Amino acid sequence: MPQQIFAYIIHRDGKIDDTALELAAAAKKIDPQSSVTALVAGAGEALTAACAQAAASYGSVWKIENDVLAHVNAEVLRGMLVRILPKASIVLIPHEHFGMDLAPGLAVKLDMAYLPDAVGFEEITEGKLKAVREEYSGQVSTHVSCDLSGGAVITIRPGSFAADESRALNGQIVDKSAEAAADGVPGKSRRFIEVVAAEVGDVDITKAEVLVSVGRGIEDQENLEMVNELAAAMGADVACSRPIVDAKWLEKSRQVGTSGKTVKPKVYLALGISGSFQHMGGIKGAPYIVAVNKNPKAPIFQVADVGLIEDILEFIPALTEKIKEVKG
Amino acid sequence: MEILVCVKRVPDTAENEIEVSRDGSDIERGDLVYSVNEWDNYAVEEAIRIRDKVGGSITVVSVGGGEAEEVLRREMAMGADKGILLSDDSFAGSDGMGIARIVKAEVEKGKYDLILTGAQADDGAGQVGGMLAAMLDWPYASLVNHLELLDDKRIKVGREIAGGNQEMNEMDLPCVLSIQTGINEPRYVGIRGIRKVASVEIPVRKAADLGLAPESVGAAGAKVKRLDYFRPELGEGAEMLEGSTEEKLEKLVELLKTKGGIK
Repeated sequence: MPQQIFAYIIHRDGKIDDTALELAAAAKKIDPQSSVTALVAGAGEALTAACAQAAASYGSVWKIENDVLAHVNAEVLRGMLVRILPKASIVLIPHEHFGMDLAPGLAVKLDMAYLPDAVGFEEITEGKLKAVREEYSGQVSTHVSCDLSGGAVITIRPGSFAADESRALNGQIVDKSAEAAADGVPGKSRRFIEVVAAEVGDVDITKAEVLVSVGRGIEDQENLEMVNELAAAMGADVACSRPIVDAKWLEKSRQVGTSGKTVKPKVYLALGISGSFQHMGGIKGAPYIVAVNKNPKAPIFQVADVGLIEDILEFIPALTEKIKEVKG
Repeated sequence: MEILVCVKRVPDTAENEIEVSRDGSDIERGDLVYSVNEWDNYAVEEAIRIRDKVGGSITVVSVGGGEAEEVLRREMAMGADKGILLSDDSFAGSDGMGIARIVKAEVEKGKYDLILTGAQADDGAGQVGGMLAAMLDWPYASLVNHLELLDDKRIKVGREIAGGNQEMNEMDLPCVLSIQTGINEPRYVGIRGIRKVASVEIPVRKAADLGLAPESVGAAGAKVKRLDYFRPELGEGAEMLEGSTEEKLEKLVELLKTKGGIK
């Protein structure tokens, strides 16, 4: 009998996340014949709406409703999933903030293999899935073998599988709420308090048409001045990658990435940014990307339109001069 | 407060170009610069701040070969009180589950109130903390970017979530937290600090000391195995501008103008 496949659906404000259709595509790669079940947890109208959307792309939807899941707490949900998921099944979860919170412990509790952050699936031979991962900040890739025989929890990197847009199914919605809460609400040792919204900064980079974005390669806070000068010469706004915010050199509102802002500029000039998938995940709308980095192996060169292997500390002032010269 | 921090020795990706070895079985390790996994430094710094406030001690632990001792020593120079190395030939080829089992065996030999790990390491998996917590039946939170002790039984924890927002939780101790970069500013470790701990003895525990069956760890116990390393076949990839810096500047400014990058 083929293994049952489940996909965990992230949703916000009654809308399913892009990863919902990506997991549907990933599941098809594991077993094109299988009827995949969407797992949708939450409360109220938002949950009802998310279930209806998931049903269009999945053979069935397991709805898990509980007031305590109005903001989904991974510890609570894990306890519930352990009660309802069949042994030796395959559970796909997006590798993002919530998935990373849920998945490793779920694999332990279900006594399954755990394959984190898969970016591709190649083949299944004798119950072993050959998958692709990345290591060293995306500088090299690896093939890994994951033994599916006892079931597996697999997290899928957002954006790595092309979404299955067919919406050809009209899955049945099955209410699993009672079974999930059969012995009361689990996971009481971690209690959700609130979501603190991101601070609003002085510049809204999400509206910028041209962004000069700076990363670790800038090396020193004082060097940001040359970035400001370049941005001024171009008529651009300054954005950055995570390490610059971690070092508190720029405010969080200027950070591009899955943990920061999602930007949609026309032109994105990435200076000394390696191009982690978390960073690139915050760039939408297919801008023209120019990458300047001294490391020829930097993954940003895989996704940029134009690349220059240069030390940005020397290149930035030279570029500023050149632009001023051209503009006259 | 007794705090355990899990640390890992990794090639420093900021300092190295990582190359795949000729047969694809490994990366080229000849000229690599190694350091402590970046996230782990934030975890150790956070542990130091807690200890300095409420007392107690910090143990840093690593699973690895003998060379992992150098990162334990570095974290002790930073301020950790004790280091423990978990090292055995049978640990080689462990998957995340295997590493978590090894650390769990050590945790059970002590009495800890709090365990910190980095949010992820060189393999980008971010898995051991969550597994360890589940194995211990302790609560877990990942991607922690704020931490505040409420009393000796409860802790307030902020988690990084999408869009720069933060999810606040209250958790019971003992618990396991994976620490995100940016939670603090890890202190500088000077050569003097390193010298001070150079001769401190770091105990090494083997599989037998930890009561681990060899088939439960290492390649023997792994359901997930790395087969090879390779360089991904790129799609188009970037068009690389060549020539002298002056020529590149000319071309780049021209391109930027065409694409609307210069207003």
